Amino acid sequence: MNIEVTINGESRSIETEGHRRLLDVLREELGLVGTKEGCGEGECGACTVLMDGEPVNSCLVPVGQIQGTQLTTIEGMAGSDGLHIIQDTLVRYGGAQCGICTPGVALCAKWAVEKEPGASKERLRELLAGNICRCTGYQAIVDAVVAAQNSSESSHE
Amino acid sequence: MGHASNSSEEAKAKGSVGKGLARVDGAAKVRGTARYVDDLKFPGMHHGLTKRSEVPHGILRGIHKREGFDWSQVVVVTAEDIPGRNTILLIEEDQPALVAIGAHVRHVDEAIALIAAPTRALAREAHGFLDLEIEEIPAVFDCEEALSAEVNVYGDDNILKTYLIEKGDADIEEKLASCDHVVEGLYRTQAQEQMYIEPQGMIASWGEDGVCHIIGSMQCPFYIQKAMRALLALDDDNLVVEQAVTGGGFGGKEEYPSMIAGHAALLARKAGVPVKLIYERDEDIAATTKRHPSVVRHRLGFDADGTIRAIDVDVIFDGGAYLTLTQVVLSRGVLHAAGPYKCENTRVRGRAVATNTPPHGAFRGFGAPQTTFAYERQTQKAAALLGMSPFEFREHNMLRDGDRTATSQLLEGSVGSEDVLRAVKEVAEANPLPKDDPATSIRHGRGVAFYFHGAGFTGSGEARLAGRATVALAEDGHFEVRSSSTDIGQGVQTMFTQIAATGLGVEPDAVRVPTPATDRVPDSGPTVASRTCMVVGRVVGQASVALKNRIESWASENGFGDMPLRQAATAMAKVEGEISETVQYAPPPGIVWDDETYTGSAYPCYGWAACVIDVRVDTDTYEVAIDRCVHAVDVGKAINPVVVKGQIEGGTLQSLGWALWEDVIYKNGKVANDRMTNCIVPTFSDAPEMHTIIVEEPFANGPYGAKGVGEIPMDGPCAAAAGAVEHALSTLVSSEGFDALPVSPEAIQRAMRLDS
Repeated sequence: MNIEVTINGESRSIETEGHRRLLDVLREELGLVGTKEGCGEGECGACTVLMDGEPVNSCLVPVGQIQGTQLTTIEGMAGSDGLHIIQDTLVRYGGAQCGICTPGVALCAKWAVEKEPGASKERLRELLAGNICRCTGYQAIVDAVVAAQNSSESSHE
Repeated sequence: MGHASNSSEEAKAKGSVGKGLARVDGAAKVRGTARYVDDLKFPGMHHGLTKRSEVPHGILRGIHKREGFDWSQVVVVTAEDIPGRNTILLIEEDQPALVAIGAHVRHVDEAIALIAAPTRALAREAHGFLDLEIEEIPAVFDCEEALSAEVNVYGDDNILKTYLIEKGDADIEEKLASCDHVVEGLYRTQAQEQMYIEPQGMIASWGEDGVCHIIGSMQCPFYIQKAMRALLALDDDNLVVEQAVTGGGFGGKEEYPSMIAGHAALLARKAGVPVKLIYERDEDIAATTKRHPSVVRHRLGFDADGTIRAIDVDVIFDGGAYLTLTQVVLSRGVLHAAGPYKCENTRVRGRAVATNTPPHGAFRGFGAPQTTFAYERQTQKAAALLGMSPFEFREHNMLRDGDRTATSQLLEGSVGSEDVLRAVKEVAEANPLPKDDPATSIRHGRGVAFYFHGAGFTGSGEARLAGRATVALAEDGHFEVRSSSTDIGQGVQTMFTQIAATGLGVEPDAVRVPTPATDRVPDSGPTVASRTCMVVGRVVGQASVALKNRIESWASENGFGDMPLRQAATAMAKVEGEISETVQYAPPPGIVWDDETYTGSAYPCYGWAACVIDVRVDTDTYEVAIDRCVHAVDVGKAINPVVVKGQIEGGTLQSLGWALWEDVIYKNGKVANDRMTNCIVPTFSDAPEMHTIIVEEPFANGPYGAKGVGEIPMDGPCAAAAGAVEHALSTLVSSEGFDALPVSPEAIQRAMRLDS
């Protein structure tokens, strides 16, 4: 089938079988290998992308479902220069170690901070609970997201 | 907190050591541009798949390609295709790369045959048409049963290795009998899955020149190099093993990657194209190594004033079907089994036993978490029996500078035992537990643990390894650190950047630390055993200083004395060609170790740690929530405090996960919970807010005072967590309810029902 979709702000037309996993189409057809596979069953969240602004596990999404949507993958998270504030705080606070969960964590954190500005640490942990990290014990990620949250708040003042 | 020496203060002033420099690989990782093995493609590359045994014990009688599939589309590799020795060489040669016809299958999910096809889908289809004929024979799965079983898995008695450590002249039974009190306990811990988020994988390709190139997810390139020399009958000139960016290891990518590398290389050799072999998550959980299950009997004899006088420990580890690294894991387990306590009369016996389960292997802590769990449960019970505070009992008995360990090693310097315990005690005392409200189902409890962890290889291991590292000026004008130490997330590249920049006296951005390949770096030893910073970091620092001195003397001799180092180095390289310095590790003087009697300096030095865990147990739902987690670790010197804090916090949660939730369930020798859905690890919501305290008692032979930190945070929180649950339910359940891990809701339910 033919799929019309906007990926990272760019209109794309993709010819593929509709039942393929979005994850595979992103990685194999479009070369967007920043989206990672950790488990293939929607448990780890490493393959998280944003679909119309909401996080989805791309390993569970048949590509036919992305018709007409706006997708953001990790490759589209930062602007042309520098890093998104969440990417920046993840690096500075030690929120990325081995890095394999990081693209999914970064996108989910972007969604969480935009969805619930000023969310408490406890609430942030709930919002991010679909993404598993085995390296950090989560503390540095939580601290990084709080720092990004504070920085976004101050920039709105 | 912190006792940095003058020399490291000076170093800090000059360079970046001691600063929380942002990870040098951080930007690539947050942008998603870091390339892991599954992100790599080679022209004509095929996909590999492994055909595995479904029976735990048997004799392979045949491998049959069933009709109904066009076998010309794929390549099938069996043991007959192995050009060298059919073994995954590490310590012994007992484990085959592929089981040969007529040979024994010793565990479920053992590799029998390999398939490569242009697509994964086609390889999967072929896998379904390949039949294995295995004559099943009786199997044994329990390590205690294996000691007396008729079934032979290894040798005549299934014993993979034994150790005996003895201290003191008196008979241990007599000594125990003379104590005012003896606490006796039987402790069991379960297998644990490393659960790195990047599954294991390798790509192999053979050049027209006959050189085999292997790239993938790994901790130890030279372990793979050694195993491939034997399996592929190659010499080092025809073999290159390269690390790709690696998505976590925790020990799980120490020895098993040699198996995958060998399989990919065999497939690529026969197929004539590069072959990528990436494990699916279920395959990774089912087939690769895990933490050794353990059974530890511990007797602790002490007097009424709380003085420990006799310790007797019997340790059994389940090694699984092949030796792999088991004897070394057991060694570390027994060497830590008496704990960080003074005692003149100690006996530790250890046995590793073979069973028909997939081999257990390296996992952060490497045998120490199992024995730490046992001795810290014992300490908690002893303090409670005497009515002493958990801090007071430990303070009374702890090893201090100048004391001797169970192997009679004299502790000389860098002993942060008092500091770490005091640090967590202060936080604990300032934050008393909430009072229980009897009207609710919630009970609060606090657990304490205090422990140590030997950094580096055991005994004379580091002298034998003789790890080397090189610092060179690269063609593009960067200083390059070349070592076989792999960054698997723990921050090697950043730490080495800081050590080299400080040694050279340059800015960190003048230094680069590439991922290693065996044809480009010296063998620095494996990336294991909390040794990378302490041992390899030390030689990186020494090589940096040596290179700086050489450049400076060349510059002053040639009239460039005022030139900045990097410019002077570039000028020098134009005249002299590539300039580099390589340094080999020299263990500190006075390290004397007797491998026969297991006495002497077991480790160059120890890390010290203490933690306090507060829990809330719901006696209706049996759920445990962690309200407080305070962890103090003596790391000698934090080369990068952000990286060190990350190591402590990550290890802490792995230990808490093992204590409360994580389990690997075997049915007839097969992992029954081989998905992330049922083989669970803690999430953001399970994890507590962590209060991490870095203590620095410098180690004179580490870089700027640094010693190991990677493993110690894994050792103790498990015991503190179990102790906290015991404390919370102390009026409801006897303490034996918390002597086996995990202390899951199911285990708490069982314990409460048995006692009601």
